[in-house]
Amino acid sequence: MADQATFAEQAMPHMDSLYGAALRMTRNPAEAEDLVQETFLKAYRGFGGFQDGTNLKAWLYRILTNTYINIYRSKQRRPDETDLAEVEDLYLYRRLGGLEGATAGRSAEDELLELFSEAEVKEAVESLPENFRMAVLLADVEGFAYKEIADILDIPIGTVMSRLHRGRKALQKQLYEFAVARGLAEPPDGAAPDESTPASAG
Amino acid sequence: MSHGEHHGDCSQTLHELYQFLDGELTEVKRAQIKEHLEGCPPCFEAFDFEAEIKQYISQKCRDRVPESLRARIADAIAQDPPAPTA
Repeated sequence: MADQATFAEQAMPHMDSLYGAALRMTRNPAEAEDLVQETFLKAYRGFGGFQDGTNLKAWLYRILTNTYINIYRSKQRRPDETDLAEVEDLYLYRRLGGLEGATAGRSAEDELLELFSEAEVKEAVESLPENFRMAVLLADVEGFAYKEIADILDIPIGTVMSRLHRGRKALQKQLYEFAVARGLAEPPDGAAPDESTPASAG
Repeated sequence: MSHGEHHGDCSQTLHELYQFLDGELTEVKRAQIKEHLEGCPPCFEAFDFEAEIKQYISQKCRDRVPESLRARIADAIAQDPPAPTA
């Protein structure tokens, strides 16, 4: 018999983090709620098959990811990875680093990051094509190891690394565009600031 | 005339930046990179900045489950028949 008390004690504490991931993936609070509910019900029903001592959080994320793919991906345009433009390494550092000027130092960099609001950081993550978004969420927000991400997404470790690499750079580019849109940084390549993505919607 | 001011190569070090920050390198590799960073302020600053971004993104992407959802899930589980056992 699936042990309700054990499940509640072990799985429920991960609900906030799964809900956050569901929000980033669906970009819709009502769908995120459905996705989390479906995930927890499936997890509960399958809890008997969960191997004690293995990573419960990773197992829950695998269920979340599969559920998301089954329910939502069919509705959406297939994500096209070639949509993700090539972005140079250290994109943000090379641009914001230049703003430090004479006040260079660790604290200055901390302050530069503070210029991005929580809403902007979330929107930047959500702007990533789906495959990249998942890799970045799992690595940077949840701190999973590459091997765990590979298991959750059912892809090779090399693919995890390349999605992370490209996803992180695209995320930095998006953050930089927010800074430009607010007039805090120079537009890249001489583009007009108002050509960038709006910083907020709704 | 001192040798060894630069331990390892900057582009190789930057190439392994994320694996380092993600804790995915062997101890030996980690030690080599740390040694390089100690002698190379530009690489150190880049690593430091990327570490800050990683941490900042993690901090800002936090959400709380609405209490109504938490209650709904608890109810659904309570009403779910126990999984059949073989």
